[in-house]
Amino acid sequence: MALLPTRRRRSRADDGKPRSRPDEPAAPRRRPPIVELRDATVVYPGGHVALERVSFGIERGDFVFVVGPTGCGKSTLIRTLIGEVKAASGEVLIAGHDVDRLPKRRIPHLRRRIGTVFQDFKLLPNRTVYDNVAYTLKVTGERRSEIRRKVPEILRLVGLQGKVHNYPDQLSGGEQQRVAIARAFVNHPPLLLADEPTGNLDPETSIGIMQLLYRINRTGTTVLVVTHDREMVDKMRRRVLALDEGRLVRDQVTSTYHEESTSEFGVRVRAEMGVGEGHTNGEPAASPPRS
Amino acid sequence: MGRMFFFIAEAFRALRRSASPSLAAIVTVVMTTLLLGVFIPVIKASSTTTENVQSQLALYVYMYPDATKKQALGAQKEIDKIRHVQRTELVTPEQGLARLKENIGKSEIGEGITQLKGKNPLPYAVVVHPDNANSLPAIQSSITPKAKNGKAKPISPAIEEVNSGQKTANAIRTVTNAVKVMLTVIAVLLLIVSLLLIANTIRLSIYARRREVEVMRLVGATNWFIRWPFVIEGLIVGLTGAAIAVGMLLVGKLTIIDPLAENFALIEDFHTVGFLPLIIVLLGASIIVSMLGSGIVLRRFLRV
Repeated sequence: MALLPTRRRRSRADDGKPRSRPDEPAAPRRRPPIVELRDATVVYPGGHVALERVSFGIERGDFVFVVGPTGCGKSTLIRTLIGEVKAASGEVLIAGHDVDRLPKRRIPHLRRRIGTVFQDFKLLPNRTVYDNVAYTLKVTGERRSEIRRKVPEILRLVGLQGKVHNYPDQLSGGEQQRVAIARAFVNHPPLLLADEPTGNLDPETSIGIMQLLYRINRTGTTVLVVTHDREMVDKMRRRVLALDEGRLVRDQVTSTYHEESTSEFGVRVRAEMGVGEGHTNGEPAASPPRS
Repeated sequence: MGRMFFFIAEAFRALRRSASPSLAAIVTVVMTTLLLGVFIPVIKASSTTTENVQSQLALYVYMYPDATKKQALGAQKEIDKIRHVQRTELVTPEQGLARLKENIGKSEIGEGITQLKGKNPLPYAVVVHPDNANSLPAIQSSITPKAKNGKAKPISPAIEEVNSGQKTANAIRTVTNAVKVMLTVIAVLLLIVSLLLIANTIRLSIYARRREVEVMRLVGATNWFIRWPFVIEGLIVGLTGAAIAVGMLLVGKLTIIDPLAENFALIEDFHTVGFLPLIIVLLGASIIVSMLGSGIVLRRFLRV
């Protein structure tokens, strides 16, 4: 794929086994941010402005939250990134390529390199867990032997090895979301977008899902999580983009780390992340705040 | 190759799930193909009959039934004088009956002739052979020139009518044309109905699989990858219907037409389309119709 050549070769080579950050220390040649918006404005037919002059960049391997109230443009942001909605002005760049200027027939190839997870899971109800995950690979023309190898592997990663032949309606919400994440990540895309992944789940299950997303992030995949739950995000000490009525109103790393260290949620997720006072896995705590 | 299996499997999965609209579409395709399969040979047969009649190179001049042999010979003499007439031939009622028997043969109609019991309904007739097929109309108008009141007045009072191939052909052609127009209209309507029903089946299938299409797009399926299962679904409907109809036509041909053709001189004479080309045409038509049906709907409802 012309889109993200270096990343693709790498993910092919090590077959998606969890790995530490690939380009540490700094790569000799500076690569463009995996996601970059420059003054992007999205207007829906009818004149509703969903995003207004939004600019930000996300580096490879980052874990970023996007927060804001309902209708602030979070979902539009995701739809813009996967080429479903075109920006009226400004630029939307994925790995340096302008999504809006991508020929229509290249859009599917862009989407193969971006995993997407949604609040409502979007699983196929009449297929088993295995088939739901294998579906992605079939659609992208993966060989059968590869499918047989990759699907059980990814299901083990998300902890569903015992539910391979169940149908989605036999699973709990959290398990269904794990299937959705497995489906999004089975190709080992360099970018994973999650639109309210815990929106339908209880707090306990949400922790599990967030831990899973962190684990995926640790393999080198950039993760962008959209949520309306600002409070939860504030406890995470990660970069947070806040949208309000289509405008970017905040872009910073939450600095309330010490205050919330007693929160169970924060403690457990951070434990999974390996983020602690003295974490040494080479991972930067977060991207530097942008102003 | 693996992809093709995937598409076909998806198409069958969809057909199973929406069995009743698929069945309706298949039944309509069966009806359409069946009717086309009957219409095409019938139209073709009537056209060839018209051509046959036209190509006959003789004019039959029939006398009134009560005309005597002397009158008939007089009429023959008059006709002999006309330009372009190569030769004429007087056919007596007895000869006429003999020829008729010969033509019809030993079929049931032939047996019926014996029921005449010695009576002979046939009049004297003169067969006129022209020097050239093109002069037939000229000879005919010479035998029955138009009088001043516009009515045709034969050159001899004994002549009742002149039966040319032209006249028969025209009569047949009028009927055939009417039949052809009717059959064509019905066939076109049926084709449209089949097309719409196939289209409807695909549309329902698209609605039923909105979620699947959405997921396919999300995980990066190309547009044609999404479309193919639907196209194949339409194709399966069309071909299944056509195959059933062709099977029924074959049974009909073997059990009805073939035995009749052996016994009946009438059917034997018809030159119509062969069965194999007919099947090819029907299958081809069903493929085109189902492709069109799926294509229209995909263009309209599957924005990818």
